[in-house]
Amino acid sequence: MALIPDKRGRFGNYGGRYVPETLMPALLELEKVYVTLRKDRGFQKEFRERLKQYVGRPTPLYFAKQLTRTLGGAKIYLKREDLCHTGAHKINNAVGQALLTRRMKKSRIIAETGAGQHGVAVATVSATFGLDAEIYMGTEDMERQALNVFRMRLLGAKVTGVDAGSRTLKDAINEAMRDWTTNVRTTHYLLGSVLGAHPYPMMIRDFQSIIGREARRQILTAEGTLPHCLVACVGGGSNSIGLFYPFIHDARVEMVGVEAAGMGLTSGKHAARFAGGAPGVLHGTMTYLLQDSHGQVKLTHSVSAGLDYPAVGPEHAMHHDSGRIQYTSATDEEALEAFDLLSRVEGIIPALESAHAVAEVIKRAPRMKKNQILIMNLSGRGDKDVNQIAQMQGIQF
Amino acid sequence: MLIPSNRIAATFERLRQRGEKALIPYIMAGDPSLAETEALVPALEQAGADLIELGVPFSDPIADGPVIQKAAERALRSGTTLRRILRTVTSLRTRTQVPLILMAYYNTIMAMGEQTFCREAVQAGVDGVIVPDMPPEEADVLQEASQANGLCVIFLLAPTSTATRKAHVIERTSGFIYYVSMTGITGAKLRERDSIKRNVRALRKKARKPVAVGFGIATPDDARRIAAFSDGVIVGSALVQTVEARRHDPDFIQAVSRFTANLKAAVSHDVT
Repeated sequence: MALIPDKRGRFGNYGGRYVPETLMPALLELEKVYVTLRKDRGFQKEFRERLKQYVGRPTPLYFAKQLTRTLGGAKIYLKREDLCHTGAHKINNAVGQALLTRRMKKSRIIAETGAGQHGVAVATVSATFGLDAEIYMGTEDMERQALNVFRMRLLGAKVTGVDAGSRTLKDAINEAMRDWTTNVRTTHYLLGSVLGAHPYPMMIRDFQSIIGREARRQILTAEGTLPHCLVACVGGGSNSIGLFYPFIHDARVEMVGVEAAGMGLTSGKHAARFAGGAPGVLHGTMTYLLQDSHGQVKLTHSVSAGLDYPAVGPEHAMHHDSGRIQYTSATDEEALEAFDLLSRVEGIIPALESAHAVAEVIKRAPRMKKNQILIMNLSGRGDKDVNQIAQMQGIQF
Repeated sequence: MLIPSNRIAATFERLRQRGEKALIPYIMAGDPSLAETEALVPALEQAGADLIELGVPFSDPIADGPVIQKAAERALRSGTTLRRILRTVTSLRTRTQVPLILMAYYNTIMAMGEQTFCREAVQAGVDGVIVPDMPPEEADVLQEASQANGLCVIFLLAPTSTATRKAHVIERTSGFIYYVSMTGITGAKLRERDSIKRNVRALRKKARKPVAVGFGIATPDDARRIAAFSDGVIVGSALVQTVEARRHDPDFIQAVSRFTANLKAAVSHDVT
């Protein structure tokens, strides 16, 4: 089996390392350290132990009986990443990279955040590992996710607003990369998704693939068979690749990634890179990108801050072209309906990001046979979104 | 590696023979408009610019500070595209032979196509290209196209670059080496002058190619000190800031020219 990514960090035509020279030595060092630690039993044991004791893993693979009955098709299982400490899968990667930061003897971490979930995860690990943390966040997102901003500050992190461009995740990454370029000798950039320059997409995939490894084991125990279909939302693509990766060679397992269609694919106000984008280079990697014909990055829209990003992880780009993973999308409206349905039927309030995956399940499960199994990654819980939803309904607290 | 015998090499050679250092101003093409860029370039040359860098605006300039990012936003608002910049260069070439170098993020080149870009850039009269987010590891496609067309690809080295990387860049760069004075972004404050001096001296000895220093050079005094031990200085943010401040003034072009002339006087002033 060919090594994916290859030594240059390529996933087929995608990936690579498109960064200023100043950062290249740091990326090469990071790669070297990570490749060693990947095979280091002590490191892996410490990582597993932290995930168990601190994050609360393994997370349940929950049979959603009422949702299954309501939709009247496939048996639906939810991988409960919403039950992780801090409320989303982001903490898996944050713990892995914090351990790595300590091994590299760096004392400061920086990060970007969109929905605030990654920012909260980074603020959390910085507290428990005794690292200084600075989190960059677009001012538009700070408004949408005010609660998470407050949580990050409670945890002792510095939150810096970014008031450039679209004032969302993309601009927060620009600013974090500038900080890293300036402070690269003392600082580790704790990137939150399978984006950016090599080795980030590989390393973050590895840290997140605990999701799929657990799910695989859990479904074999529960059902004695592999699932027919996996569904997950795709922003940068870390929760989805985390679930999919351990199943990637199980040819019979269908995989569906759900992008944000915002106000609709024809409206131009969306974040569906595969539906509306073309290959390009952003934030250090070659991948599908929403851009105009001159290569300028387009503004995106999604009700969900965590999916509101113009590029997608390069490994997804490769699987898109090969057809191994299917990519579809859900609109803001569909996600909001799905948000309601899961809340009422299962008593689980999903994150707006995860609600996009629920929307796909609502479309897909009824078309599947009753003996077929679908696993959806419930990547995060919706507490952070409650304020935004209330505002949309005109309710003030 | 093949060095196209173009205006860049000829200019550095001419300066070397005269014992002079190159002043390389950077302006953002299309800031505030391409018509004004077309007026600025000959004015900069008149004021003493030896080579000129033209920024190609990009929506997400990760290597740049706020001054150049804002300039890119102004240029994009004025409808600037890479193709229009090339048309401006074509038109400029009827009036000036000053070496012109584009500074473009990879995605703007990729959107045009690496081959098409190199061919059309050379046809227009562009001499070289600097791609701040393209390290040598990712340069194969562009460099193959540039060599076929005779376009210089100028690589950057940074204070963090290891000996292996320095050797690699020295071999691959053509035209000159762009030495980044600091770990940081454009427009940041210059510091650690002694270590810049040490690094640049060592690099020039090893490279046998011109070494120009950029990032953080804001004043004639900075320019004079850096020019003393390098082959040239690149001034970007400070100049772009002048453009920003004076762009609505009737004597806009003269103001930018005056600042450039002061820089040129500083790099020409002999110091050790």
